[in-house]
Amino acid sequence: MPGDTARRTESIELDGSAGVVKARQLVRSLAQEAGLSLVDQTKLVTAASELARNTVVYGGGGRMEAEAAWSNGRSGVRLLFADEGPGIPDVELALTDGWTTGGGMGLGLSGARRLADEFDLDTGEGRGTRVTIVKWAR
Amino acid sequence: MTEDRGAQRLVELLADHEDDFVTQWVATVGESLSGRLSNAELERELRDLYAALRSGLASGALASREDGFAEIRSLLVELSRNRARQGFTPTETAISVFALKQVLEPSLTGSAKDIRAYLQLSRLLDELGLLTAEAYARTREEIISSQADQLLELSTPVVKLWDGVVAVPLVGTLDSARTQVVMERLLQALIDYNSTQAIIDITGVPAVDTQVAQHLLKTVVAARMMGADCVISGIRPQIAQTIVALGIEFGDIPTKGTLADALRHALDTIERDKRLAENRGSLL
Amino acid sequence: MTDRVPVLQIGDVLLVSIQVDLEDRTVLDLQDDLSKRIVDTGARGVVIDISALEIVDSFVGRMLATVAAISRVLGAETVVVGMRPAVAITLVELGLTLGGVRTALNLEAGLAALRRAVHTERPDRA
Repeated sequence: MPGDTARRTESIELDGSAGVVKARQLVRSLAQEAGLSLVDQTKLVTAASELARNTVVYGGGGRMEAEAAWSNGRSGVRLLFADEGPGIPDVELALTDGWTTGGGMGLGLSGARRLADEFDLDTGEGRGTRVTIVKWAR
Repeated sequence: MTEDRGAQRLVELLADHEDDFVTQWVATVGESLSGRLSNAELERELRDLYAALRSGLASGALASREDGFAEIRSLLVELSRNRARQGFTPTETAISVFALKQVLEPSLTGSAKDIRAYLQLSRLLDELGLLTAEAYARTREEIISSQADQLLELSTPVVKLWDGVVAVPLVGTLDSARTQVVMERLLQALIDYNSTQAIIDITGVPAVDTQVAQHLLKTVVAARMMGADCVISGIRPQIAQTIVALGIEFGDIPTKGTLADALRHALDTIERDKRLAENRGSLL
Repeated sequence: MTDRVPVLQIGDVLLVSIQVDLEDRTVLDLQDDLSKRIVDTGARGVVIDISALEIVDSFVGRMLATVAAISRVLGAETVVVGMRPAVAITLVELGLTLGGVRTALNLEAGLAALRRAVHTERPDRA
């Protein structure tokens, strides 16, 4: 029941690769609490790892906010990755699989979108990047 | 007049006529269930409900969500769950609550106090009736989803075919939920049976479209990353035609006509691998 | 404070067993360490055991592919063993297929795969 538990949002500073590890651990424990299957936990933690690394590497650091989510009797986990970095000028391009071309952010964003159930990208040149993903228990 | 007096009147009424009311209640509900529930059981259930209703009203509560009615709420949830499992309809379930209105009606005088009391009780019983409908629906949903799970389990058996060879015979339409289950089962079986060869037999699959092919390919790639090879068998002539017509590429995944051919292929591969990996003294 | 992943040597095989969730820097260190150890020891095979890893993201995935490619250049074969089913499913969905990487179910199967590779690809070398 949504009303029974106070929604608490946990926040993690993403300022280096130690933050990425911490983000993975927090997401894992939230995913377990939300009752995600082992495969879905793995998908969510992997997506979080990709997005957290993007925040550190391309966003120049930022934060992850994580919380439990409910909808239509299903439980899940909602994650927000936010940075004040240069933003992404060409979203279409950033969401194209391009990892083999090396270096670029191709797999991180597009892969994370495939691994999550919901994906929202809010960015633009010069105004930072906010990525929200949700994964629901089946 | 405060509401408390109305509740007070209800408490009195229910206390004074307890035996009458319960007997009539059981009779009315029993009739609607046309004997599919024993009278003794029904009477026990309704007596419990009656007692819980009385004690709730005695606590001064009038709305079904108040703490005083916690007991009757849980009794009703339990009752609705049982009715749903036993195959009663939602109407037959809700009537257990609503019938009490009918029972009470004749014993009321026309006084304003009685009318108010009756309206209050009526509102309370409406709320409780809705609660049974909700609990009923929830239980049905649980039953349906657990049946769907069981069906999924039944329709995707992964079997050990030989030492080092597991197989999954797919029967019926493949959608993404099912393919996901198949994929997970098959990959886990590779570890459980220490198998380096997996056969996916699609003899029983009526149609292969691009999406199904995509799912099969993903399974094969995942198995490969774990260190096992997959063979797809049972591709019927019509399916071979659709595969070609749709331009689906199975890449370098071996496909075989029959399960027997696939098994032979798998065993040959195991044999060849064993020969090539022969220990020549040192670790490598 | 860089924790390094230990690289063990057994005969002509180097064995790495990744036991903990690695920081990116540690992953890169491992890549460097392995290249160096292959040259120093003249190893002909590398086994990377990832059975303890709960996730493999694109960074670790790329490291595995890079190590496989580097070791090949240095005359050694690499095999990645023990990938969990959930990890494999996730990698496929992520879009990584570890194309050029040899894989095996477990350590024993990994050593067998190395023997096959060494015997078939360079049968005449010592």
